[in-house]
Amino acid sequence: MTDPLHIVVCIKQVPDSAQIRVHPVTNTIMRQGVPTIINPYDLFALEEALRLRDRLGGVVTVLCMGPMTAEDSLRKALTFGADRAVLLSDRYFAGSDTLATSYALAMALAQIGREFGPPQIIFTGKQTIDGDTAQVGPGIARRLGFNQLTYISRIREVDPAGGRICVERRAEGGVQVLETRLPVLITMLEATNEMRRGAIETALAAARAQVTVWNAASVGIEDLTKCGLRGSPTIVKKVFAPGARAEKAAQIALGDTPEATAHAAIEAIFARLPGLEAQLFETAAASC
Amino acid sequence: MADAPKPAAPSASGRASTKKELPEHFRAYKHVWVAVEIEHGAVHPVSFELLGEGRKLADKRGVELAAVVMGDARADLDVAATHCFEYGADVVYIAQDPALAHYRNETACDVLTHLVNTYKPEILLLGATNLGRDLAGAVATTLQTGLTADCTELAIDEEGSLAATRPTFGGSLLCTIFTLNYRPQMATVRPRVLPMPPRQEGRGGRIITYSPAIDETRVITKVLDFIADRDSDKAQLPYADIVVAGGLGLRSAENFQLVKALADVLGGEYGGSRPLVQKGWITADRQIGQTGKTIRPRLYIAAGISGAIQHRVGVEGADVIVAINTDPQAPIFDFAHLGIVADAVTLLPALTEAFAARLRVNRLAS
Repeated sequence: MTDPLHIVVCIKQVPDSAQIRVHPVTNTIMRQGVPTIINPYDLFALEEALRLRDRLGGVVTVLCMGPMTAEDSLRKALTFGADRAVLLSDRYFAGSDTLATSYALAMALAQIGREFGPPQIIFTGKQTIDGDTAQVGPGIARRLGFNQLTYISRIREVDPAGGRICVERRAEGGVQVLETRLPVLITMLEATNEMRRGAIETALAAARAQVTVWNAASVGIEDLTKCGLRGSPTIVKKVFAPGARAEKAAQIALGDTPEATAHAAIEAIFARLPGLEAQLFETAAASC
Repeated sequence: MADAPKPAAPSASGRASTKKELPEHFRAYKHVWVAVEIEHGAVHPVSFELLGEGRKLADKRGVELAAVVMGDARADLDVAATHCFEYGADVVYIAQDPALAHYRNETACDVLTHLVNTYKPEILLLGATNLGRDLAGAVATTLQTGLTADCTELAIDEEGSLAATRPTFGGSLLCTIFTLNYRPQMATVRPRVLPMPPRQEGRGGRIITYSPAIDETRVITKVLDFIADRDSDKAQLPYADIVVAGGLGLRSAENFQLVKALADVLGGEYGGSRPLVQKGWITADRQIGQTGKTIRPRLYIAAGISGAIQHRVGVEGADVIVAINTDPQAPIFDFAHLGIVADAVTLLPALTEAFAARLRVNRLAS
């Protein structure tokens, strides 16, 4: 008999980017009052994990690295139906780039394996909305020696007993159908499923659930130079807002009617792009 | 680079590596490399764009530019190598093996890592495509070096380090990132962010062949099938000549049809800003901006888009940007060439009709 399926979903708590404002003078992010959310891409990973568990049985653990306030996102994941939540939090992780982040997460995943049983599948979102790098998933896979499956649009089949998985992966110009051996790390493509509404009972249980909190020492990190800024090969030297073009946009005066404005706009466009009119005409002629 | 970087005050633990102190064993690293993306025999254009930029970096450093191509069919690889020379490469490393017929992370990562460890490039560039990001993340972790994703600008600083600029904080600011003390310095760049360099026919170079002798029975991941997209499914945004896009200023999904109608009359492609994807008005493959598609059309019309940095970096390569927005202070007017302070919902149908009428007149005249 094989062990029940253990799936870990890595999530990140991010500022709701739609509401991020930049201070016009100092060029710093105005964090005050910006609400945080679970990285939206991670929800597709979480939902896919929950579906697999519902179908095949097993346990879904969610893991989040971040400040103590990231417990909110873990609790939210529990309300959707995750079984267990682990928060990895330590001031030594501050300023981690993707290499240092994947190191800390890989150490935490190994600790999860020791305490709760080794995961067969690790899910992440395809990227975060604040960092947008898509590098942490591959980093974790490489460090743990898991087979790496990125941009997965569909999971065709999982055979936990046989230790195999078959997936569809979004590639250039089409979809790759890949078969590989468990354990795997999957980064889930967006819009591949729809997050469920958590049941009332699940939400109530989530409110009472214990979130496991670990720091660097609890996951066995002894070499702190691999963490945070010191463990990060990349160095951010400058943060800035791009200036306006030297020349501001030439404004097209509004006509008496939208039609008049449209005509003025077209004249201005053709004046800037000689040859465009002929090109448009050729395209139009070719298509009729 | 990752997670919202904190450029502010140094932490208590100290920022050990903000100064350049390149360890001795990295000093042998030299030359600029581009890992070329080949799918189904053809080179992805982003690889040529990277060679164009790589050429400039290599010239500035006084080093060679090399391309790495991987595949199984020698004929395809030789054609790819010829193109790489014509777009600026001095050297092409050809990795040939039946197991490299289709891209797989496992095999590609092993081959590229081996070549880097053997020939020691100081800079390694890849396209920020699904393939390039899948490979770059694995290779950078294996080599334990820095990787900067989705750069919008690459430069060599006065000390010879790669300065990689990219949007940060969800695209609200730009930042410049260095990998001072690790080699190679890795970066990915999205298709169309860099211009296509001119092709120099007849330009040649050296080929170095590597036969990795991969034992397929030991490769764990198998490609069972490839289901090609139907052409009609595909948004051709990155390489379109004319693009019309809409933003939240359109107010409703129904009004977005006005964008499609104008694109249709112009024979162009349509797209939208990031919030429209989140609202479900458009699919993700039609998103224009840092996390969507980067475009370089001759004509770009942005209707009801405010012009956040994350959008700006995706469209700045357009020859002419026309912005329609009700807010005269909208940032899009900072980088558009032509601006119209108007409600796009009213103006778009008038523009569509005016273009259509103009084309009808032309047809009668011819």
